[in-house]
Amino acid sequence: MNAVVEAEGLTKRYGDHAVVDSISLTVHPGEVYGFLGPNGAGKTTTLRMLLGLISPSGGTATVLGERPGSAAALGRTGSLIEGPSFYPYLSGRDNLRVLATYANVRGSRIDEVLELVALSARGRDKFTTYSLGMKQRLGVAAALLQDPELVILDEPTNGLDPAGMRDMRRLVREMATGGRTVVLSSHLMSEVQQICDRVGVIDRGRMLTESAVQDLRGGGELIISATPADTARDRLTAMPEVEHVRVDEGVLRVRADDRHIADITRVLVTAGVAVSEVRRDTRQLEDVFFEMTGQSINTAKELDHV
Amino acid sequence: MSEIFRVTRAELFKLVRRPAAWVLLATAVLLSQVFAYLIPYLGYRGGGSDMLDGSSPEEILASTLPAQLVTNTIGGFPVFAGALALVLGALMFGGEYGWGTIKTLFTQRPGRVSVLAGQVAALAVVLASSVAIMFGFGAITSTAIAVGENEPTAWPGVLDLLQGFAAGWLILLMWACLGAVLGVVLRGAALPIGLGVVWVLGIENLISAMAGSMLSALEPLRDVLPGVNAGSLVSAVIPPGMVEAPPGVSTSVDGGRALITLTAYVLVCVAVAIWSSRRRDVV
Ligand SMILES: Nc1ncnc2c1ncn2[C@@H]1O[C@H](COP(=O)(O)OP(=O)(O)O)[C@@H](O)[C@H]1O
Ligand SMILES: [Mg+2]
Repeated sequence: MNAVVEAEGLTKRYGDHAVVDSISLTVHPGEVYGFLGPNGAGKTTTLRMLLGLISPSGGTATVLGERPGSAAALGRTGSLIEGPSFYPYLSGRDNLRVLATYANVRGSRIDEVLELVALSARGRDKFTTYSLGMKQRLGVAAALLQDPELVILDEPTNGLDPAGMRDMRRLVREMATGGRTVVLSSHLMSEVQQICDRVGVIDRGRMLTESAVQDLRGGGELIISATPADTARDRLTAMPEVEHVRVDEGVLRVRADDRHIADITRVLVTAGVAVSEVRRDTRQLEDVFFEMTGQSINTAKELDHV
Repeated sequence: MSEIFRVTRAELFKLVRRPAAWVLLATAVLLSQVFAYLIPYLGYRGGGSDMLDGSSPEEILASTLPAQLVTNTIGGFPVFAGALALVLGALMFGGEYGWGTIKTLFTQRPGRVSVLAGQVAALAVVLASSVAIMFGFGAITSTAIAVGENEPTAWPGVLDLLQGFAAGWLILLMWACLGAVLGVVLRGAALPIGLGVVWVLGIENLISAMAGSMLSALEPLRDVLPGVNAGSLVSAVIPPGMVEAPPGVSTSVDGGRALITLTAYVLVCVAVAIWSSRRRDVV
């Protein structure tokens, strides 16, 4: 299958400074692709280049097989870049009407997308009266207006409260059904982990890695709280399904596939070990990220402050 | 072509819902009503001969009658309505940058050239409507005065009206396009409005005055100024005045040259706006 987005050595320089430095990425049809990196990494700049808003200093890219920013590409792409931008003097509905007229989309679609983002009730209110979450949802509605094959969302949960973030993430998963491809940038590892199939990790303009979220977390250890820990360790070490066991701060950290969890628990219980918790280490993607970017823990905390 | 048409429709939809556009139109109508009709008429009624400055009360009254409709409507265009049109152009084009909506527009299917072309077309339609509205208000007021004072209610000939309408529209379009190109190039509305108003109300007059008196070397410069050409176009399409010409209305260049100059300004402004928005990054 052809890639939906393909970039090769994409570069943007401002003066001498390469803000995006020879980035290559591939987005496959139907996937939710996460573009993960700390603030200032170059995510927005890259997405702008994919939409033809800014022209690259080097490299090439195709979007849906077309030149970025061409009518053929834009006509099949919906986007929300760096926060929602609408006319304050128009209602949410009228803002969408302007874009629908631009894009030659039938009027009834406006109600459909308002419904999709749960804004039907406030559609006739002025855009200025919207909360940040509503503005953001209107931005998503605008991106979905022409029922695009590709949706590009730049940090869609930025600035939202936890409930708003949850709604937005559900919305992203929903829009990815039916073969639609979604590219989403984020500085939140947990978010990418939750909603993305594949992830490209970017830092200081460079692509560090690109792979399936599962693969990236691969080796993500199982954390097992069990007593007595020594017996548990001995039993688990003896299991061929278990690759590695260590005891760390009173809990067992075990490298093993998800499908062996049932076996592991049974072996432990049979051996008279009390198992109080078995979970996959969720900080793994975070750890991977820090390994790759080499950032200090302090910066790390800032990254995930929301 | 159909894309440009769609953009035009969307832009008209935006403009008629934009309070600022209505404020500008109301201001233009109010200014022309007050200066072309209210003040002269009050002067006539008051009858104080010293305030009339050389004109007889009969001449003053005659200047407010329907026969002078073209003069009274577009007489204020070179300067006052022109400044308002410039503000409209700057608001319409520069506002997109201020709100960041330019990126929303430029990520829709119509390309940047179609967007700009459609916006200019919408601007032209709105200005034509505005000129028609101003003619309409002038017609009503002057007819009311004529009926009230038992004076002739005859309007100018259709051809004169059309000529006046076209000249007025071209003048406003030129100023609006100057505002638009400043809005696009400077990517905002505030600075273009400030610069534009200083230009229209200040610098034009300064250069004209200097060229007229001490520095005749400035004449070639004066004769390409937008406001001077607008004023010259107005004087080419209005009947010779009985009272003093409105500010900015002059005979510095002949009508044909003024027409060409204004058209050239419109074309150059549109071309520069398209060129600038095509090649520059939208950030
Ligand atoms: N127009 C510009 N001129 C100069 N530097 C810029 C410009 N736009 C972005 N940058 C810089 O490029 C870097 C990446 O920005 P951006 O792509 O917005 O990052 P992200 O979206 O990942 O937070 C930042 O350091 C930013 O300051
Ligand atoms: Mg960003």
